[in-house]
Amino acid sequence: MAERLLEVRDLRVAYATDGGDVIPVDRVDFDLDRGEFLAIVGESGCGKSTLMYAIARLLGGGLPGEILGGSIQFHGHNMVELSDRQLRHIRWRELSVVMQSAMNALNPVLSIEAQMRDACKAHSTMSNGQIQARSEEVLRLVGIDPIHLKSFPHQLSGGMRQRAMIAMALLFTPDLVIMDEPTSALDVVAQRSLMMQIKQLQEQLGFAVIFVTHDMSLVSHFSDRLVVMYAGQIVELAETRQCFDAPLHPYTQGLLEAFPSIRGEKKHLTGIPGSPPDLRRPPEGCRFAPRCPHVHERCVAGPPPVYDVEGDLVRCVLYDRDREAVNA
Amino acid sequence: MTAITATMRPARTRLGLGALRRIAGNRKALVGMLLLLFFVVLAAFPGQLAPDDPNAEIFRPALGVSSHHWFGTTAYGQDVLSQLIWGARQSLLIAFAVGGLETALAVLIGVSAAYLGGIADGLLSLLTDVLLVIPIFPLVIVLTAYERNAGFATLVIVLGALGWSYGARQLRSQTLSMRNREFLQSARVRGERRLYVIVFEILPTMTSLIVASFLGGALYAVLTAAGLQFVGLGDPNSLSWGTMLYWAENNEALGANMVLWAVMPGVCVALLGAAFALLNYAFDEVSNPALRKPRRVKRG
Amino acid sequence: MRFVARRLAFFLVTLWAAVTTNFLIPRLMPGNPAIAMMARYRGRINPAALHSLEIAFGVDNHQSLVSAYFSYLGNILRGRFGTSLTFFPDAVSHEVLQALPWTLALVGVTTILAFVLGTLIGLLGAWRRGGFLDSMLPPIFVITSAFPYFWLALISIWLFAIKLHWLPANGGYSIQTNEAWTWAFISDALRHSIMPALTILITSIGGWILTMRNNTISVLSEDYVRMARAKGLSPWRIMWTYAGRNAILPNLTGFAMSLGFVVSGAILVEFVFNYPGVGWMFLQAVENQDYALMQALFLMIIIAVLTAILVADAATALLDPRTRDQQ
Repeated sequence: MAERLLEVRDLRVAYATDGGDVIPVDRVDFDLDRGEFLAIVGESGCGKSTLMYAIARLLGGGLPGEILGGSIQFHGHNMVELSDRQLRHIRWRELSVVMQSAMNALNPVLSIEAQMRDACKAHSTMSNGQIQARSEEVLRLVGIDPIHLKSFPHQLSGGMRQRAMIAMALLFTPDLVIMDEPTSALDVVAQRSLMMQIKQLQEQLGFAVIFVTHDMSLVSHFSDRLVVMYAGQIVELAETRQCFDAPLHPYTQGLLEAFPSIRGEKKHLTGIPGSPPDLRRPPEGCRFAPRCPHVHERCVAGPPPVYDVEGDLVRCVLYDRDREAVNA
Repeated sequence: MTAITATMRPARTRLGLGALRRIAGNRKALVGMLLLLFFVVLAAFPGQLAPDDPNAEIFRPALGVSSHHWFGTTAYGQDVLSQLIWGARQSLLIAFAVGGLETALAVLIGVSAAYLGGIADGLLSLLTDVLLVIPIFPLVIVLTAYERNAGFATLVIVLGALGWSYGARQLRSQTLSMRNREFLQSARVRGERRLYVIVFEILPTMTSLIVASFLGGALYAVLTAAGLQFVGLGDPNSLSWGTMLYWAENNEALGANMVLWAVMPGVCVALLGAAFALLNYAFDEVSNPALRKPRRVKRG
Repeated sequence: MRFVARRLAFFLVTLWAAVTTNFLIPRLMPGNPAIAMMARYRGRINPAALHSLEIAFGVDNHQSLVSAYFSYLGNILRGRFGTSLTFFPDAVSHEVLQALPWTLALVGVTTILAFVLGTLIGLLGAWRRGGFLDSMLPPIFVITSAFPYFWLALISIWLFAIKLHWLPANGGYSIQTNEAWTWAFISDALRHSIMPALTILITSIGGWILTMRNNTISVLSEDYVRMARAKGLSPWRIMWTYAGRNAILPNLTGFAMSLGFVVSGAILVEFVFNYPGVGWMFLQAVENQDYALMQALFLMIIIAVLTAILVADAATALLDPRTRDQQ
């Protein structure tokens, strides 16, 4: 019943550094349905932000990288093949972006009103009056008094700025909103309230969300499905509840062990020893092998295939018993 | 009360070996370095390199280019090339002396103002801003107008004592942004004295600003000194590129077929200035990664 | 508006500093150099004028330093700068006002042009990173920005006046022309200002291009530019309102600070071309030990610089809402 909205196949991104080429996104596959809330989690440097911006075709400038290969099917187009001019038709109307820090993402010299007007004028023939009305409407949606349209970014509080950014992203009620850790600059209480607001807006307006974060616990009650990334690859992809109740990949297990439960019994917290591999020279075999508590020789022999374990996709040789690999 | 604190240069990073390697590989820096070295050599060994005594008025005046006189002779029968070579000394001395003095003052005043804070900071910043705004060249002209026989030392002191304001402002804002960093707080907790903190913790992070201040000061000194001497406010009997230009202008060298006498000293000033400017620009590129040429991914 | 008020206060403080400097320097020099100068005035001007000069230079005066200072300030505020030696017996203020329009026309127009053009070229060059403009500009302009103004002036005189006879080498206008608002005069004046204007333009534009280019490159990697791309705005809009408007801000601040260079360059250019502006007159005054004229011109230069800075500050306040809210 749910319609397929986004299909990412075999996506590869690379950028050049002093020491050689780095591949922060290495053959990533996943799907997204209409109205679905998908979280992408992983530690810093795992490639989740690069993946996100690659999908939005926003690499470049301060965020280096070029798409080397793969496809991104969205609304009948392969985004990878579209030119800038063609992309502009899709931008904001069908796909919008919410960035991590509104202080940095909002133009400091323009008022909120002017920035919303920019987006409206770029994609529609709305009159000034209609633009004004729509801007007020989206601000009210996120609980901001429309009087702040005249304000400049530096005059708003941190939480208000983030919400204003989300409001701006909803101007055209797009089908997909991609969010890059929009709550990380806020305190815990504000984080939770913003998450709840996002979830409520999502249910109300029906857009899909790709939510990138390093904080698994943040999305545990909000996302439908969860993608776990490590060293440029997806290591696990499952329904959120399933992932939390029964994490399959050793990395996911390690992540969950790092979070104490506020009501559970006291237990010894373990981190994951070691550090991620150097992506300039990624290892032949499983990239998590050096840090994995269940490692054995098959892990380093070659790249581990992906298996489907009751709907949970996991890239680990531990699950090869009587199973066929899922198109590697 | 300070002027707008937005600075033209973005925040700079610490200099390390990697940076030095990058300097060597940067073409602008290389050219600048070579030019500078060229003039340093000229200034260090003028006696060996110059074909004639620059002051000796023994040749026929207004000779054209020849193998004996690469750039001809002056209206007084002196060899232009020898004068150029000997003149390098003064320009380089002024560049380094003023650059050094001005940078030292900038560090002293800029860092102190930021570190001391309060009224001291307010007063120092006001002084810096006022000096920044008042154009130095007319001020120096006014000073030399009253004191006609301004010697070399006076010139260095005056230029150095007036030119530190830009550097001081940069250093002050950088120090301010450093003040509450953790590594400083840990130094304070360790009980280190203020001076120690300033010299060993703060200054090393500002090496690039300090070097930039020095290079900028050198450039400004070379151009200002040449300008002063050109209008006759330096010591007309000293041997420098600026005074060469002064005498050439006085003798209407351009119209009287002594073109090179009028042009070559300017070329030297321009080249030396360009050396400092290139090094300064290359420095910007080295410390600000955003300015480097974007790299291409190797496909395959 | 508190911002503008603060800047105005700064303007006045600096002006006061300049006036006080003018007052103090001749008194601080070993053996007051003004004494010899004053001797040349004796018997040639009326007692009131002589007296105000004595106050200004502290010669033969029985007043205390403090009261002399206040009398001096009073004279300045009333525009009484004394009599000029170089242009005897004209009043200094008269001479200054003669020279001012020439400099405003030449230096004022050229500097604004250089700033505007330089900023535009820098913005465009950085926008098309790696394009034609961007790979050619930096090395060329780094070098041209190090050229001594007067040298370029000399070269152009040699080339265009002496060798090619295209343009006049000297002056603000030909001696034969009458100084009146006739087309003949104006076109003659324009012809005379082409070389000086080009010299100033070429030497100063390099700095603007380079700094604007660097600022723009930094700004282009900011999140809000990426956001603008994400919103699908036209490249033109992004370049102007998102990149350009932010990148120009440090340039405007820099405008204020680089005026020192512009002024020194302008003085030298006027000198080389014998162009009858403030800078040329300033050097004439110095050569003739006409200290009264010199001091007045020095003040004029300071006022011009401060005014330009105020304008740049006003522009910044207009473009950057953060400045308006600054405490």
